Amino acid sequence: MSSTGPIKQARKSLLWLGVIFLISAAILITGVLSGKAAWSPKLALDLEGGTQMILAPRVQGGAAATQEQLDQAVEIIRQRVDGTGVSEAEITTQSGRNVVVSMPGVPDARTRELIQASANMEFRPVILAGPFTAVPEADRLPKADLPKPTAKPENASDTNWIDAKLYKAFEAYDCPSELGQGAEETHDPAKPMISCDPDVGAKYILGPVEVPGADISDASFGMSRGQQGAVTGQWGVNIEFNAAGKKSFAEVTQRLVTLQGSQNQFAIVLDGTVISAPTTNSVIPDGRAEITGNFTEQSAKALADQLKFGALPISFEIQSEQQISATLGADQLRSGLIAGLIGLLLVAIYSIFQYRLLGLVTIVSLLVSGLLTYLALVLLGWSMNYRLSLAGVAGLIVSIGLIADSFIVYFERIRDELRDGRPLPSAVEIGWKRAKRTILAAKAVNILAAVVLYIVAVGNVRGFAFTLGLTAVVDIIVVYLLTHPILQIISKTKFFGEGHRFSGLDPSLLGVVPLYQGAGKIRSFSTEAEAARGKKNAKAASEAERRQTIAERRKAAVGTAAPKKHDERADKDSSNG
Amino acid sequence: MASLATWGNELYTGKRSYPFTGKRKTWFVIAAVLVLLSILVPVVKGGFNLGIEFRGGSEFTISKVEHVDIAVGEQAVVDIAPDHHPRVTNIAPNTMRVQTDKLTDDQTLAAADALANAYGVTKAEVTSTFVGPTWGADVSKQALIGLVVFVVLVALLMAIYFRTWKMSLAAIIGLLSVVVITAGIYALSGFEVTPSAIIGFLTILSYSLYDTVVVFDKIRENTAGFTEQHKRSFEELVNLGINQTLVRSINTSVVAVLPVASILFIGSYLLGAGTLKDLSLALFIGIIVGTLATIFTQAPLYSWLRHNDADVLAHNKRIEQGRLANA
Repeated sequence: MSSTGPIKQARKSLLWLGVIFLISAAILITGVLSGKAAWSPKLALDLEGGTQMILAPRVQGGAAATQEQLDQAVEIIRQRVDGTGVSEAEITTQSGRNVVVSMPGVPDARTRELIQASANMEFRPVILAGPFTAVPEADRLPKADLPKPTAKPENASDTNWIDAKLYKAFEAYDCPSELGQGAEETHDPAKPMISCDPDVGAKYILGPVEVPGADISDASFGMSRGQQGAVTGQWGVNIEFNAAGKKSFAEVTQRLVTLQGSQNQFAIVLDGTVISAPTTNSVIPDGRAEITGNFTEQSAKALADQLKFGALPISFEIQSEQQISATLGADQLRSGLIAGLIGLLLVAIYSIFQYRLLGLVTIVSLLVSGLLTYLALVLLGWSMNYRLSLAGVAGLIVSIGLIADSFIVYFERIRDELRDGRPLPSAVEIGWKRAKRTILAAKAVNILAAVVLYIVAVGNVRGFAFTLGLTAVVDIIVVYLLTHPILQIISKTKFFGEGHRFSGLDPSLLGVVPLYQGAGKIRSFSTEAEAARGKKNAKAASEAERRQTIAERRKAAVGTAAPKKHDERADKDSSNG
Repeated sequence: MASLATWGNELYTGKRSYPFTGKRKTWFVIAAVLVLLSILVPVVKGGFNLGIEFRGGSEFTISKVEHVDIAVGEQAVVDIAPDHHPRVTNIAPNTMRVQTDKLTDDQTLAAADALANAYGVTKAEVTSTFVGPTWGADVSKQALIGLVVFVVLVALLMAIYFRTWKMSLAAIIGLLSVVVITAGIYALSGFEVTPSAIIGFLTILSYSLYDTVVVFDKIRENTAGFTEQHKRSFEELVNLGINQTLVRSINTSVVAVLPVASILFIGSYLLGAGTLKDLSLALFIGIIVGTLATIFTQAPLYSWLRHNDADVLAHNKRIEQGRLANA
């Protein structure tokens, strides 16, 4: 049993590792074949070249932006950036406080302005509605029939706002192409404007601003209620205005409710685009308006969110902006990789120098860790859009040493057990039992640090923390499923078991007088070893006894009383491991 | 290997032993002096050499330049922003770096163009970084929060794992000294303090404690039930633990420092300044200081924290009596 137990266990562990590998590789290969994943990890901008802006939100009035507002802001920035035709822009929030915009290439001044500008929401009355696309040249009004203002406009809904110039522009206005160009230049709130409603597919001439978005105090969505208070089964969006908004909105609805056709509508304009243009059914005197219509739960929520965001305009301040040339990015990646390879080589050489052939186990374990890390990075890049940055590469390089450290802790433990006179197979089992506690505790510290850094940190600290944490987890997997099983297996070989000069586990070098001539010939326990040693060298024996720890002493006492039990214990340990 | 393994063996049996706990006063004084010096160095030098991320401003890196003439780069920036004083340096072969005060958006774009012309490269070879004045403060604030959160959590973790808060306390005190001393040496080097360097400092926390946990684990094992034997005092058992793990400490720190050194010397030779250089310098110093601190301050400090405990005192007395009787 003592010879088959650990080996069986080792094979099982290796099998598990193989399974993990096969599954990850299979997922990756499927992904690549279906064209959704790539063989290489996704690179962050500092390695690929491009622009990264870190923006801090500035809320009017100095309040801190909530996560919700930030999410809305990201949504708005995304729409704006997409609108400018920049593809592959990535916009994310970071640590709930900053917005990070990453895009390939260099953004022009307009894109940069758009990103920084606060969302502009306003309520304007509709004066005239028209088709979504431009009116064909042939169908346009002849010059003589163009509207001519007869008087100064009385209110925001007055058709006298429309002059010939505005009307001609309105006819020629082509929403699909205008919307494709991204957000509008700012509009004078005191003048009429032309705007499109992409949801309905209409364009409008809108009167001057009557209620600014800042007058919205809150917005929500829910099932709308009929006049008797019964649920109508329709989704609705509720807007609440502050005192100023309440007053102006009451005036607007009072006027609009009497008007006919599209003049009965008011438009909610966000960044120059109409997001909703409801009709006015009644006067709203209390500042609580409800918009109903063909809302789904989703569209109602979307509109409510937009309204809420409009209620607190956020602008952005550029905290840091980096435009990285593709050359520098490639240089950085190359240097990082070279430094990493040399670091790996140095660790390999040192391991061989220190542990001879056992060093090979370190190298194999490191290579497998590397492979696992690679798979994890590629799969995370695919599933979570994780991008490897230069700081991340640095984290990977640093982790070479941290991973190898686990192996050293383990090997030194085995050597300690060998020094106690244990034969290699049981030294491996007992050494492992102790080393794994130490390794787990130490790795827990690493992972804790990585998690804390990842959560609180800003900027590229996160990329570093991420790879550091990832490799700590990979390390634990590898040391359990590869390094330990390999040692279990090679401890049964003649080369290692007899402590060949080059095995790195030569007992004579470790100060142990060999007590056995071949594997399985003599199985001695530490007490016997000490007794035997004591005969040869009384001083050494007393030294050896003195340096025994209490735990070992106790174990030894149990061992002398019932040596069999000790042996079983070692086996039991191994099957637990 | 033969000699180191034999040395390791002698350390393990106690045949060879270094007085880490015995001479603790000496080590503590050295550590205290180093901490004081580390605080004084930045003060004397007039603060840290803060990177552009902390000062705010614009930085340009021009790759594959045709020539490394500094005056050309200065002129290019001054033409656009007359009252600025650009700092132009040749940071790596064929790579120039230009740092200026804060430029406006337009100026930044124009300067990038001008620099590309000045060094005979296309605009695609110019990397520009603009940093607002609050960014660095933001990074440091978050790093500080991270530090505090981590220290509190890790102190709890260790107190639970080792089942004694005294080990946790010793580890944390040592850890703080490591951070201070590393910062001091960093300041002495004159390297710029960048957010990357801050990452390095935070990582030291993790690495330094990793090392401490490994050594403390052995000490805990050695001292478990120490009252049941009368050959070695508590302090001697702690010292034995440090000696027994000495080879391990050396090997783990050498292995940890090799890749870092590789980034520091090779990475920075190839690339000049940048993320990798500052980070690796902080780590390089930190790993070495952290390993030394574990051996010379953290473990001896633990033994000192325990030296007035009733069980340790009683045990010491018995050992003394035993030794007197034998003599």
